[in-house]
Amino acid sequence: MGLKEKLHTFRVKNQDKKWFPVFSGFHTFLFTPNEITHHGTHVKGADDLKRTMNTVVMSLIPCLIFGMFNTGYQHYLALGEIDAVTGGFFGSGFWTWDNFILGFWKILPLVLVSYIVGLAVEFVFCVIKGHEIEEGYLVTGMLVPLIVPVDLPLWMLAVAVVFGVVIGKEVFGGTGMNILNPALTIRAFLFFAYPTWMSGDKVWVHGAVDSAGAADAISGETVLGFLAQGNTTDLAQKYDLADMFFGFIPGSVGETSTLLILLGGLFLVFSKIASWRIMLSAVIGSLTMGLIFNGIVAAEWIPEYSKFYSLMSFEYWQHLLVGGLAFGIVFMATDPVTGSQTNRGKWIYGFLIGFMSVMIRVFNPGYPEGVFLAILLMNVFAPTIDHYVVRGNIKRRMKRLKNATIYPKVSGEVEALKTETV
Amino acid sequence: MALLSKKDANLILDPLADNNPITIQVLGICSALAITAELKASVVMAISVLFVLGVGNVVISLLRNIIPSKIRIIVQLIVVATLVIVVDQVLKAFAYELSKTLAVFVGLIITNCIIMGRFEAFALGNGPWKSFLDGIGNALGYGVILIIVGFFRELLGSGTLFGIPVLGDPIAKTGLYATGYENNGFMIIPPAALIVVGIIIWVQRSRNKALIEEA
Repeated sequence: MGLKEKLHTFRVKNQDKKWFPVFSGFHTFLFTPNEITHHGTHVKGADDLKRTMNTVVMSLIPCLIFGMFNTGYQHYLALGEIDAVTGGFFGSGFWTWDNFILGFWKILPLVLVSYIVGLAVEFVFCVIKGHEIEEGYLVTGMLVPLIVPVDLPLWMLAVAVVFGVVIGKEVFGGTGMNILNPALTIRAFLFFAYPTWMSGDKVWVHGAVDSAGAADAISGETVLGFLAQGNTTDLAQKYDLADMFFGFIPGSVGETSTLLILLGGLFLVFSKIASWRIMLSAVIGSLTMGLIFNGIVAAEWIPEYSKFYSLMSFEYWQHLLVGGLAFGIVFMATDPVTGSQTNRGKWIYGFLIGFMSVMIRVFNPGYPEGVFLAILLMNVFAPTIDHYVVRGNIKRRMKRLKNATIYPKVSGEVEALKTETV
Repeated sequence: MALLSKKDANLILDPLADNNPITIQVLGICSALAITAELKASVVMAISVLFVLGVGNVVISLLRNIIPSKIRIIVQLIVVATLVIVVDQVLKAFAYELSKTLAVFVGLIITNCIIMGRFEAFALGNGPWKSFLDGIGNALGYGVILIIVGFFRELLGSGTLFGIPVLGDPIAKTGLYATGYENNGFMIIPPAALIVVGIIIWVQRSRNKALIEEA
């Protein structure tokens, strides 16, 4: 009897044990149980939850690797040990071993803490509730390290992950039942609980916190933070557009490289995992809001000394290159559980996410990045949007029915026919 | 030697757990969210409500046969308002700092649903002694939750209890703070109280399945 059969026999024998969900979780990760459906016909699809989750994780890997290089690069650049990168995406001075090693040892603990703590919570709940382990945390666990600053203390991350998984997901009934995106719940918790570690100009570059106050202090502002402080003219001297697009800027671990996020997004769209409607409409929404703000500046309705001036005059399409907007649109807004389900609803949902992200950015300098708040807000509204889309559809079809002429074959069947056609 | 008959004792004990005004009836949430960032404020609020509800229930119960039912809400409001003004003045006289922390929320005891709820549901139909016990019981049930929420919010949010640092000094980095621990700013803001109350409800209902309503 081979290992495979032994495992299956073991599985059948221990089905009612308390720890069975834990065993089952590991077992089905590697094997498919040789169980067949007992009654009825089922549609068989290859893309189950595990496959879906793995595809998203795969599309996140480039961002993670880039984040490791960028962590080292920003650190050494701030220390003045290396020169700014030149020569495009594969330019010299970025893809070096030194950068990678430093970033690897900084980011690996974040990934490990995120996965170990999150899966532990998931296991505990599966054993208590006696259901199968769900793979929902695979993607959340990968997203979390990518949307936090690199120097975040690990215990804070652990506390936030417990909070996010329990309050954001398990209380609603686990994977697929949550109202809010768990990864963003974790980020929101961190943001409000430990604001000094999640915002400001000290946290985005490794080493900046420790060196604060010293003679050789290094600062690591994000582009948005830089703008929120009212610096308009000298942005171009600090970062050029290629830097922003390729991602050679300070920021949360995985969100800087718009190029790689774009590639990941295309991968998700072509593998039909994520909705292109949400992505496209969110981009349109953010461009619309950006254009409105640019229009206000162009019409000179707002004086130059206003604190909103610098962010309002920021070129509308460049909003997509800085901060977490692109990352949020591609990987967070498209979460199939918390987003809108109807196609028309997806357009509205995505548009409002983009629209509000840019609005929060500009109007709230206290939160230089607003995309996570915008997505959480729209998560809450997604069921309402769907409700009205469905109602509208019913109404339209009712109208069509009313105007239609129905010729019944037998005079007594009029009522039955009506209900059927609706 | 039972001090109270079993029925009377239940008037006090029931609202403490199985019929708690906050976690089961979900009344008085507004003040539970607003003033529980500090334990001291929670305790003072609990005592104030205890006084207002205990005395108010007795007064309403005594007047219950002579209040015309058409204007009973107005009479009830007058009774609460009188008592709240007494509390407010006492606080201003003897604990001025605290009355500033509680600010408008002492005055808002008038609108606390628990008080009007008990007047309407109990004092109007029962004798003074029973009404007194009912008032005390409900105010205690309210106060217990307030103090539990206040305890966790102050401990985790500010690292203090009753204003006394218990986890060390966050600025000088002593005690727990020496290990890198930091206060949780989230616990200071009112949404945290909602989540703490939610967790208390969750714990209570998973211990006592009879409390779970039919879906």
